Amino acid sequence: MKSDTKKIIPNRRIDLKGEVCPYTFVKSKLAMEELRLGEVLEVIVDHEPAVENVPKSMQNEGQKVLTVEKISGADWRMVFKKEIE
Amino acid sequence: MDFSEEQIKRYSRHIILSEVGGRGQKKLLNSKVFLVGAGGLGSPAAFYLAAAGVGKLGIVDNDDVDHSNLQRQILHSSKDVGFPKALSAKATLEALNPDVEVIPYMQRLTSENIMDIIKDYDVILDGSDNFPTRYLVNDACVLMGKPLSHGSIFKFEGQVTTIVPGETPCYRCLFETPPPADMVPSCQEAGVLGVLPGVIGCIQATEVVKLLLGKGELLKGKLLLYNALTMEFNKVRIRKNPNCPVCGEKPTIKELIDYQEFCQVHF
Repeated sequence: MKSDTKKIIPNRRIDLKGEVCPYTFVKSKLAMEELRLGEVLEVIVDHEPAVENVPKSMQNEGQKVLTVEKISGADWRMVFKKEIE
Repeated sequence: MDFSEEQIKRYSRHIILSEVGGRGQKKLLNSKVFLVGAGGLGSPAAFYLAAAGVGKLGIVDNDDVDHSNLQRQILHSSKDVGFPKALSAKATLEALNPDVEVIPYMQRLTSENIMDIIKDYDVILDGSDNFPTRYLVNDACVLMGKPLSHGSIFKFEGQVTTIVPGETPCYRCLFETPPPADMVPSCQEAGVLGVLPGVIGCIQATEVVKLLLGKGELLKGKLLLYNALTMEFNKVRIRKNPNCPVCGEKPTIKELIDYQEFCQVHF
């Protein structure tokens, strides 16, 4: 499973290291709005609460969470697929 | 247009809302609202519209700030007494949000100037304090097809409705002509609870923001009545009058009217 999700190539990648809530979600959402349906967004964060909050908020908005995984130290990778406008 | 870091922070609580988002916020930033009056109703309405990031606010008011205004007209401060309300409003609002351009009009709206003044605005918010202006604004909005938020207050009571010409009743469907002069309370009889226009003006601003976003349900064909003393809200359905002189099937008003003003309350 993990090796599969690593292969996902995002249409856009944003580095939100140093950002805290709610801006981690606000900026992820703004980036998502620019994508087309079916496209994929990768978000890198190092703010621990965001690892839970951003995917939850994305789901509430109807977007799909493809993966949330630790990549190194405090850094996390989250991948979302745009399901609705 | 991309948001600046400051804008992302300023509008973050809007952007988070699924009904607004970045797209809705950009709509607001590209919107133009015209406010009739920078008084009791116009003050809270303009404050929240500016805070919300409505990109352009036109404000007409030909009065100067007076000490008697400060109990409710929260755009103005003691230091502004004697200065034009439209300019005081501009200074206050632009200090709150530099994204907003405020266009002050220090004149009285008349049948001669209103069409030209409001033609470039998306929505009109009427916070006027007198019948001649209220009818003039209603008729101009109907003739030009501009959405209009109507609000008015008296003592402890207020009312709001949202008029979308061609779709909803207009102010004349409710009250066909201005009341006779002796029915209008004189200046001595009038009073108003200072916080009342705060409530009504905020409801008007809420309607305008929803209208600009295209979200939610508006007070279309509904008159919201508020009584601050009993703390009751009532919503009553209002109907289009097929014989309405301005928006009915055979309108008789095709040109704007300047009614004569008589001594009356000034909110």
